[in-house]
Amino acid sequence: MIQFEKFLLTNGLRLLVHKDTSTPMAVLNVLYDVGARDESPDKTGFAHLFEHLMFGGSVNISDFETPLQLAGGENNAFTTNDLTNYHIQLPAENLETAFWLESDRMLSLAFSEKSLDVQRKVVSEEFKEHYINKPYGDVWFKMRELAYKVHPYRWMTIGKELSHIEHAQLTDVKNFFYKYYRPVNAILVVAGNVDPASVYNLAEKWFGSIPAGEKYNRQLPIEPKQTAARKLEVKADVPLDALYKCYHMGTRLDKDYYTVDLLTEVLGEGDSSRLHQTLIKEKKLFSHIESYHTGSTDAGLVVIEGKLVKGVKMEDADRAIEEELAKLKSGLIAEKELVKVKNKTESAILFEDMSVMNRAINLAMYELLGDANLMNTELDKYHAVTAENILTTSQRIFDSNNSNTLYYYSNN
Amino acid sequence: MTVQTMLNRKKAPKIIDAVEFHLALPPYQKYTLKNGVELYTINLGTQDTLMLNWVFFAGNWYEEKNLVAATTNYLLKNGTSKKNAFTINEHFEYYGAYLNRHCQNETAEISLHCLTKHVNELLPVVSELITDSVFPQEELETYKRNMQQRLQVNLKKNDFVAGRLIEAYLFGKDHPYGRYSELQDYDLLQQGEIKDFYKNNYQNGRCIIFAAGKLPDGLIKEIENHFGSLPLHPGKNAAGNIEHKISPAAEKKYKVINDPNGVQGAIRIGRSFPNRHHPDFQKMQVLNNVFGGFFGSRLMANIREDKGYTYGIYSYLLNQIQESGLLISTEAGVEVSDATIAEVYKEMKSLRDEPIGEEELQTTRNFMIGTILGDLDGPFHVAGRWKSIVLNNLDENYFYKGINTIKTITPQELHALANKYLNPEDFYELVVV
Repeated sequence: MIQFEKFLLTNGLRLLVHKDTSTPMAVLNVLYDVGARDESPDKTGFAHLFEHLMFGGSVNISDFETPLQLAGGENNAFTTNDLTNYHIQLPAENLETAFWLESDRMLSLAFSEKSLDVQRKVVSEEFKEHYINKPYGDVWFKMRELAYKVHPYRWMTIGKELSHIEHAQLTDVKNFFYKYYRPVNAILVVAGNVDPASVYNLAEKWFGSIPAGEKYNRQLPIEPKQTAARKLEVKADVPLDALYKCYHMGTRLDKDYYTVDLLTEVLGEGDSSRLHQTLIKEKKLFSHIESYHTGSTDAGLVVIEGKLVKGVKMEDADRAIEEELAKLKSGLIAEKELVKVKNKTESAILFEDMSVMNRAINLAMYELLGDANLMNTELDKYHAVTAENILTTSQRIFDSNNSNTLYYYSNN
Repeated sequence: MTVQTMLNRKKAPKIIDAVEFHLALPPYQKYTLKNGVELYTINLGTQDTLMLNWVFFAGNWYEEKNLVAATTNYLLKNGTSKKNAFTINEHFEYYGAYLNRHCQNETAEISLHCLTKHVNELLPVVSELITDSVFPQEELETYKRNMQQRLQVNLKKNDFVAGRLIEAYLFGKDHPYGRYSELQDYDLLQQGEIKDFYKNNYQNGRCIIFAAGKLPDGLIKEIENHFGSLPLHPGKNAAGNIEHKISPAAEKKYKVINDPNGVQGAIRIGRSFPNRHHPDFQKMQVLNNVFGGFFGSRLMANIREDKGYTYGIYSYLLNQIQESGLLISTEAGVEVSDATIAEVYKEMKSLRDEPIGEEELQTTRNFMIGTILGDLDGPFHVAGRWKSIVLNNLDENYFYKGINTIKTITPQELHALANKYLNPEDFYELVVV
């Protein structure tokens, strides 16, 4: 049970405080309700580029890093298709430094041309490092475009192409900041060895006077139901053939979410999972295979991906996956298998929650979904999933009309 | 006047300086099992989770043929005389436990993370893996094929290729620290030599056990029951009686073409450095922090945040027992690779030419202390510190000496250190495109 107190500042900024006196540290986490899905199709990659610019100096503080290091702190940030998150960890005694730094960049950035210029280059190198200079690095660009036709999940967080990042202008940066980076669109979480009442006072002191801004109401196109199987074949300079299959699933708040999560565990997470045991160990068709889901806020994807053993035909490998899916769709899974994936999930949650930083980030994410207390009811929802749920959900999701298949062939 | 109008956002809030923090490494409790194996326990934490490590002196230091140590370690859980690989995996996963293996240079480990309530179901099976693994031929063949395929993919990655080569240059391709695997090495692996290695280095091997978490009553007794009567021996001196001669490459500069269409070069610049027992080691950790050890370092500030040549650049000391090394590592656009290397040497020069200012040093001190404070948070991290101390044949004074070095080292000492260790002619340099 993660205890927390919730406050609402007068400017609409939500504040959650989680106290844990077993640590000498404090975490200050700010989540902004904006991600790659909020970008326009001709300016993709912007939310992530913007995250970089948040370190390029704010209106009153030219250097973000040095004062934080002086206070014994460290920080990082990440951008997803759904949100952007910034976290600072530092000795609890120096918590106010984090308030000072984080509130000033919410107040206003310095909007420096130099910082934009450098970060355009840095993000271009990040793009190259992760997506161009890596074997199979372009898979998710292709797969997202295959699976999503209208929803902005059809592009990657890093952006659809390098040129979008290279063409970003300072006016875009300013507009983006004042539209999304306002207190009404943010969630502040403070966790660790802290006192909730003092944290509230610090929050009012540093964040309270920042103009509220306008609430951003997201109106994204809904991905229409897929009605026919889609398939794409690619040839690339990679050593092994690879096979990717995606199926549309519901949203993060869909009641089936927990069933889908357990379903992907049964299928392809861990060395005793079905795909691993049957297709790697017994049939020896794959050298690697796994299944997972994207876990996104809007309707996501169930993914199966694997690398084929040299000499195995793509069609045979595909058929073998289909056979495993057919088994899931035709009978109830054993009680032991269901208990296994529930135990794995319980354990994963407990280990993740050991870190005060993870607890802070998760509280912010659940609050974004609607209620931070969802964090405390997750496990019960997993426990409530039945073998019948797994069966009916498999039947619905693993429908060939709902499938997107990518055959990624090796050139050599 | 209200508080709001008095707020001066240009002025940083008061901080408590790092020198004021009293860092304490929570102590371990040590038990000696009947067979002499030492068990270090860290009883801390608030959650009902446990971590157990079985550290064997079974790293590639002890193998006579490439990959034998890593393969033995990897296949420990792929079959015993009573259970096949599936049954073993299912057992650990059924209880939501994570059973991992790691093979390092001197040591090879089994580690178990689990919920406290399940530990008694898991210990007997870990014991079975240590006493009764059979390394089925079929599992070995699957492993060989899949690892070869994984290696083929990795060899396409410039950073992977660069990481292997630089260590081979520094320590020699025949030294455990520099040795790497080729595709054909997998073909040569024989079941018999895996079984022999297992018999000598696990079944009858030298072992140290670490247990951390909120330890339940009776855990020590359970560990004694399952491991105290095995023919294991206590572990001391990670290198054993075996000596491996370091033979660095003669040539210092390399350019390797790995991918003719590559858009980035993987750059590695490195030199050897003495191990943790050398009086300069902990001082060098401070200098390394200033140089390239974290996001605010000089390399990052210049080469990423000013020039935009790379997504990230770091320098670090290798975590090795006998002999360490100082490495600089980055991926940079092909057209700026040479400029990146030039800037690295410029940063070395500036550290050699001029002592670090007091303010920069204070920032470094505080950052390092803050990081250690965060790293000591929780039983698993504390156990990790102790494991490093024990395996490197050090004691807790090493920890406190390190803290003291961070708090008291002078700009003059760092300046002297830079002149001793940051000379370009001592460094190997490699770009893989």
